[in-house]
Amino acid sequence: MALSTGKYGKFDPQNPTKDRITDIGPRHYWENFPPSIQKNYGKWLYHEILEPGVLVHVSETGDKVYTVRCGSPRLMTVQHVREICDIADKYCDGYVRFTTRNNIEFIVDSLEKVEALKKDLWSRKFVSGSYKFPIGGTGASITNIVHTQGYVHCHTPATDASSLVKAVMDDLFDYFTGMTLPAKVRVAVACCLNMCGAVHCSDIALLGIHRKPPIIDHEVIDQVCELPLVISSCPLGAISPDKTPEGRRTLKIKVERCMFCGNCYTMCPALPIADKEGDGVAILVGGKISNAVSEPKFSKVVVAYLPNNFPRFPEVVQTVKKIVEVYAADARKHERLGDWAERIGWEKFFEKTGIPFTEHLIDDYRLAYDTFRTSTQFKFTEAAWNVCKAAGGID
Amino acid sequence: MFEPKRPQKQLKYEELRIYTDEELKNFTEEELKEFKIKHEIPAVEELEKGPWPSFVADAKQEALRRRKLADDRMMIDRYVVEDLLGQLELSFKDGETHWKHGGIVGVFGYGGGVIGRYSDVPEKFPGIAHFHTIRVNQPASKFYKTDFLRALCDLWEYRGSGLVNMHGSTGDIILLGTTTEQLEPIFYDMTHELDQDLGGSGSNLRTPSCCIGKARCEWACYDTQEMCYEMTMHYQDELHRPAFPYKFKFKFDGCPNCCVASIARADIAFIGTWRDEIRIDQEAVKAYIAGDIVPRGGSHKGRDWGKFDIQKEVINLCPSQCMWMEDGKLVIDNKECVRCMHCINVMPQALRPGTDTGVSILVGAKAPILEGAQISQVIVPFMKAEPPYDNVKEVIEKIWEFWMEEGKNRERVGELIQRVGLPKFLEVIGLPPAPQMIKAPRANPYIFWKEEDVPGGFERDIKDFRARHKR
Repeated sequence: MALSTGKYGKFDPQNPTKDRITDIGPRHYWENFPPSIQKNYGKWLYHEILEPGVLVHVSETGDKVYTVRCGSPRLMTVQHVREICDIADKYCDGYVRFTTRNNIEFIVDSLEKVEALKKDLWSRKFVSGSYKFPIGGTGASITNIVHTQGYVHCHTPATDASSLVKAVMDDLFDYFTGMTLPAKVRVAVACCLNMCGAVHCSDIALLGIHRKPPIIDHEVIDQVCELPLVISSCPLGAISPDKTPEGRRTLKIKVERCMFCGNCYTMCPALPIADKEGDGVAILVGGKISNAVSEPKFSKVVVAYLPNNFPRFPEVVQTVKKIVEVYAADARKHERLGDWAERIGWEKFFEKTGIPFTEHLIDDYRLAYDTFRTSTQFKFTEAAWNVCKAAGGID
Repeated sequence: MFEPKRPQKQLKYEELRIYTDEELKNFTEEELKEFKIKHEIPAVEELEKGPWPSFVADAKQEALRRRKLADDRMMIDRYVVEDLLGQLELSFKDGETHWKHGGIVGVFGYGGGVIGRYSDVPEKFPGIAHFHTIRVNQPASKFYKTDFLRALCDLWEYRGSGLVNMHGSTGDIILLGTTTEQLEPIFYDMTHELDQDLGGSGSNLRTPSCCIGKARCEWACYDTQEMCYEMTMHYQDELHRPAFPYKFKFKFDGCPNCCVASIARADIAFIGTWRDEIRIDQEAVKAYIAGDIVPRGGSHKGRDWGKFDIQKEVINLCPSQCMWMEDGKLVIDNKECVRCMHCINVMPQALRPGTDTGVSILVGAKAPILEGAQISQVIVPFMKAEPPYDNVKEVIEKIWEFWMEEGKNRERVGELIQRVGLPKFLEVIGLPPAPQMIKAPRANPYIFWKEEDVPGGFERDIKDFRARHKR
């Protein structure tokens, strides 16, 4: 029993079904639990956050289990994973866990081990100076950003993801290592409207968007794509059949109907939509998935477009930081970002954050009416006086 | 319980390993500081700065080791990582991705688990001309033994790029970048030596995932790991062979806090809940009020929020206003409780979910395009969730049957429900309607009455009508 070497290893390309094993599923979870987790499975009484990134879970058996949580860049090399394994072998008997938000968790059974582990983790840096294993991401903090592949591995992105996340987390680092916010703030990045990262219910969502309709590659489209399938893929019926001057079958796009979703490109590589000037980042805020206090809700678009200013995205980073800082200063304890925005009213959200309200933030897609104000319960802000002036209501 | 469904190999890294310790540590820190990759990447190198872990600095470590490994110690291009960084720099410059659209590749007999990827500038970056992804079905809740991780690292160093995601959005371990030729050898070693299968991609059941559950959380209302594992194993065929109109996701959350975001991301979300009473320890309630226990497990320690105020921080924030203080005791009117978890979250030592537990089943979440984003909707308010979960499987299979028959190409089940209407969906899966499924009853009166709803049916005689009404 050993991993194979050589071009094909033990696989025989002449006889691909020989000794084939399929449908065995994942490794079983139980063997991967540290003994302290096995022993106390389902017996937990309560937990406490001792300091940012350090948790203790107390069991009815009397056991206490300590967890040290660190950030990770999600995209990592086997070199980095091996270093994680070295740490896990040294302090955690060879067990380690990753969280849904791509944090690394080291679980130990004593406070002494926690101290040694913390010291070790903070001491590990990349040669360029970045921490390898910053500790934090618990409680009223900004924990690791979940994200998608971007330019590193995706064929449809409107922005990059790994670089955007690095830029944002560098700037929000103190909110990761501290617990100074009114409630947790979940940030997520998806590099196109497909939202593989499902960012649509995050406190702050950064979303790659296109702003130019697809280009049609007339030369190949009828060979590489099923035209009826492409036509039906458009949610707004903007695509219809056409002929080139030479009489070849192709498609045409009614540009005023295009919402730049890229669904047609997903179906058909002959309709590229990406564009240096067209593409950028939208910012959505106020979503949540937890059912606590208020119901789960969608994030709302508060910035329709910011440029893809690689590699550091200064406009996006500054806007995110501003939103977080205003929220941190204004919201009540336990109040999520979306609950805060709804309590003070969205008109106040824009006033307090200084984010300009533009026509692009008024919904004009399906069910737009649900988002319109159909009451006189609003607050006066500068934006209101501007409308009053424009309408001749005041001088 | 707690046993795999089939005998599983015990893995020992020392028996599985490909590389020696010397090969794994084949460069010094000095060499790394001096190391320049083969492309000029000034913009990408900007991302080495700052405190947050830098994927670029990390990638360079891997690039350097690959430089120093012997030719026969890796089966794909030595410069794969350097070329990836080079292409990233070009993408920054062009403001557009350089991955080609599409590419059907996979392992024999599977329709999912591998995603084809090709560079559109292979002449500049030959190391990533082919750069396919492999999805690996993670163990429930993402706990690992290092023996497994190290062996996987060796396999991926030898037959892949050495780059991974821990983890992808759906939960799998993502192995980033290998060639078509290496797919079968990787699959062979993964199944034969690591005793481990691929995850899902394409129009399949995607790899199910769950929260940390009973492993380290006091609020799990059912065994999320066991249920996730059972469903993953039971539906292996659906996971590997595309038979659906589009992707389909299960996610398992132990309580309404929804830490794996099932409610926003799963076609079927299983959310732990209880139907009896919240357990109260009145002594602990007093201790919270007195300030002897720090609220919310100390999650707000970074700032001085003043003394804990149970009225303001718990009772007034209760969405159903079902609790109050009486003679120094906390009283909860449990039949009015909507189990939002807030009071439990704030006072975990005083309050716990009930003991008569199960799952709420919600259906239809997805991210945007077509009808826009959707959050799951309640279909079954409560269901016992005990192995072998036959009651749950019955619901799942009814939903699949309907969706596979009626769903259009690339239509998620939530979109199908919107298209045909929730009443029709309920009829097909055989559930009675209930106010728990809606926020409010309809505001429009355009009701699709059926002929059998109305006495005398729809057929009428115009002559009979005209006998009473002149033309």
